[in-house]
Amino acid sequence: MNTNAYRADPPEARRVIALDGVALIFHRPSGLTHILAPPAPQILEALAEGDAEPAALLDRLKRDYDFGDSDDLEAALEARIAELEMSGLVWRA
Amino acid sequence: MTDAGILTRALVDPSTTQNFDAGDWTALIAMARAEQLMGSLAHRLDGLGFLPEKVAQLCADARRFAEHARRQALWEAEMSRRVLAPLGEPVVLLKGTAYVAAGLSAGVGRSIGDLDILVSHEALDAVERALTGQGGWEWVKEDAYDDAYYRDYMHELPPLIHKERDRMIDVHHTVLPLTAKPTPDAVSMIADSVELENGLRILSPADMVCHSAAHLFADGDLAGGLRNLWDIDQLLRDFGTRDGFWKALGQRAERHQLAKPVARALRLAEALYETPLDGALARRGRVGDALYIRRLLARDDWGRETRKFLRLAFYIRSHWLRMPPLMLIRHLWTKWRKGQN
Amino acid sequence: MKHEFRVRVGPAGFRIGSDWKQPIDQLAALYSDYPAPDIPDFTVRLFAQRPWRRFLRPSVMIGGDYMLPDAAPVSLAHGLLAAEMGMNLQMALGQRRYLLLHASAVERDGKALLMTGHSGAGKSTLSALLGERGWRFMGDEFVLVDLSTAVVHAFPRLVSLKNEAITLFEGAVDADRLGPLMRDTPKGDIRHLQPPTDAIAKMSEPARPALLLFPRFGHAPDVREVGEAEVFVRLTQASTNYVALGEAGFDALSSLVRTIPTRAVDYPDTENAVASVERLWMELAE
Repeated sequence: MNTNAYRADPPEARRVIALDGVALIFHRPSGLTHILAPPAPQILEALAEGDAEPAALLDRLKRDYDFGDSDDLEAALEARIAELEMSGLVWRA
Repeated sequence: MTDAGILTRALVDPSTTQNFDAGDWTALIAMARAEQLMGSLAHRLDGLGFLPEKVAQLCADARRFAEHARRQALWEAEMSRRVLAPLGEPVVLLKGTAYVAAGLSAGVGRSIGDLDILVSHEALDAVERALTGQGGWEWVKEDAYDDAYYRDYMHELPPLIHKERDRMIDVHHTVLPLTAKPTPDAVSMIADSVELENGLRILSPADMVCHSAAHLFADGDLAGGLRNLWDIDQLLRDFGTRDGFWKALGQRAERHQLAKPVARALRLAEALYETPLDGALARRGRVGDALYIRRLLARDDWGRETRKFLRLAFYIRSHWLRMPPLMLIRHLWTKWRKGQN
Repeated sequence: MKHEFRVRVGPAGFRIGSDWKQPIDQLAALYSDYPAPDIPDFTVRLFAQRPWRRFLRPSVMIGGDYMLPDAAPVSLAHGLLAAEMGMNLQMALGQRRYLLLHASAVERDGKALLMTGHSGAGKSTLSALLGERGWRFMGDEFVLVDLSTAVVHAFPRLVSLKNEAITLFEGAVDADRLGPLMRDTPKGDIRHLQPPTDAIAKMSEPARPALLLFPRFGHAPDVREVGEAEVFVRLTQASTNYVALGEAGFDALSSLVRTIPTRAVDYPDTENAVASVERLWMELAE
């Protein structure tokens, strides 16, 4: 229980539709609809590779996306993860 | 005089609806909705060739809605699990959520309201902190009197509602009000509970029936009684063929001081739903059942409750079951004074 | 119950029971051209809170298959309104076959114009007015989106004219089509209007949604585009059963949002509104 890794449902658990710049997501386990702006959908995609702590998750995201050289990336990512956790889309593994 | 007998008979044996005319169907549907049994009925009638098209449509609608209720209930349970798992305390799902989580027949088509969970008395504070902290639940109303009333005399925390999802959770630490005469042994109910795959727990089969029976008689004026009794029928049909179930039920009912309510629930289930029973437990031949049956079936073809006098009698009784007389007077008095301000 | 009336509006059948004769007679007069279902979808009950309240200061409680726990009674003089509220309540709380949108709709050439917005935005009046001017009136309160084919079904109940809108129709339509004027209801003055004959005759014909407008009454004329995500959110807010329908509701609503042209329209008065609706229809409806 002392790991800080996060987990998300597999991609099949979600139906995603792109609507002008945001992702419209139907989350099958809850029956809830979410509208997510980047990078939240990308975080869910990156978690599809497996559970990850914020630092490892950031590495996965950096591999696919260019974030420039901002220094607070990990703090910003943790804030987005906290929002996703509140919505039930990710949870602590 | 029309009563809900057509509903209980249709649930037991759907072929009893074969010669229904439009008026019978209309009455049956109104009653099933009023008794919160439309989803269960819709599953029982599913696939019958003789259903009028409109009835088949309404049944499909009801099944769709019950599926939504099931999903929502399981999700609320999962969200509470995520918040409470770090405490390492057993969390026991109760009533409808438990039935669908365990895949029991009682959960099929069932409407499910709040999430009800049972935790130990010692864990109550920690559970409350976790839910209202990172969990995102908040008190439905801030009111010192109701708060004290719930905590001192009832068997649950004041109801909590989730800020985002707008769904309620009732946290119980025993299964009947502390003031009620039977005092079921909540500690042993938790100890005997069964773990599900996800770590949440459900009551043992015998305790589940005991709880359901206690709920049938202790909660309100037997309102919603047909649904509660249908739960009991379905549980007994699921568990009744398991080795040792009836013996365990007898023992647990004694232990929880619920032998009488369980026996009566068994007899009523047998009378209304033809539930297969173990005869000794039901203590057949007791007087008074007829009155209960009349009360349970008191509904007309418009879905309205009938037999008002009988209902009032049961209502007065039901308060006496929940609280000792003196406390009842204090409760009504305080409520009345609040109403004056 | 003592008095009973049955009516089918679009795909939904109702059985309305009442302790009093008056609301039932009014319903029977205004819904005279509608069919009666043999097995209704919903039951509505208008009843006295206490037996003696049938006669003494009679006030009507609204009940039915689906009920709000804290619904306030209305006076017997407003009994017709109570019946309509009861029917609306069944749709709002109990409709599970179609995605229900709180919107008005009119049809032309098999294509539907949908209008939604806050109450008071003018969608109801506008749809009734268009219904008198060459469009087929489909409903002033609810639009029913089919979950499998994405067409919309009509729900042409009586139009509920409120306050200033009442005078727009008095004198302009056949007096037989108007119900009693009910003053000082919880929603102000209300008078019901029977939809045009063709609206009732064709109420079982669905239409393909072709234009969605968010009208706003009492503002300088303006037309704005609305982003898809905003349209989606506004339509979920305009639906009472979106969540309950689960993925089927999500599919129906998201495909509607992605295919239908949408505009927010402000207008100062109804004549201006009719003109701008006609113009937008010519430009955008496919």
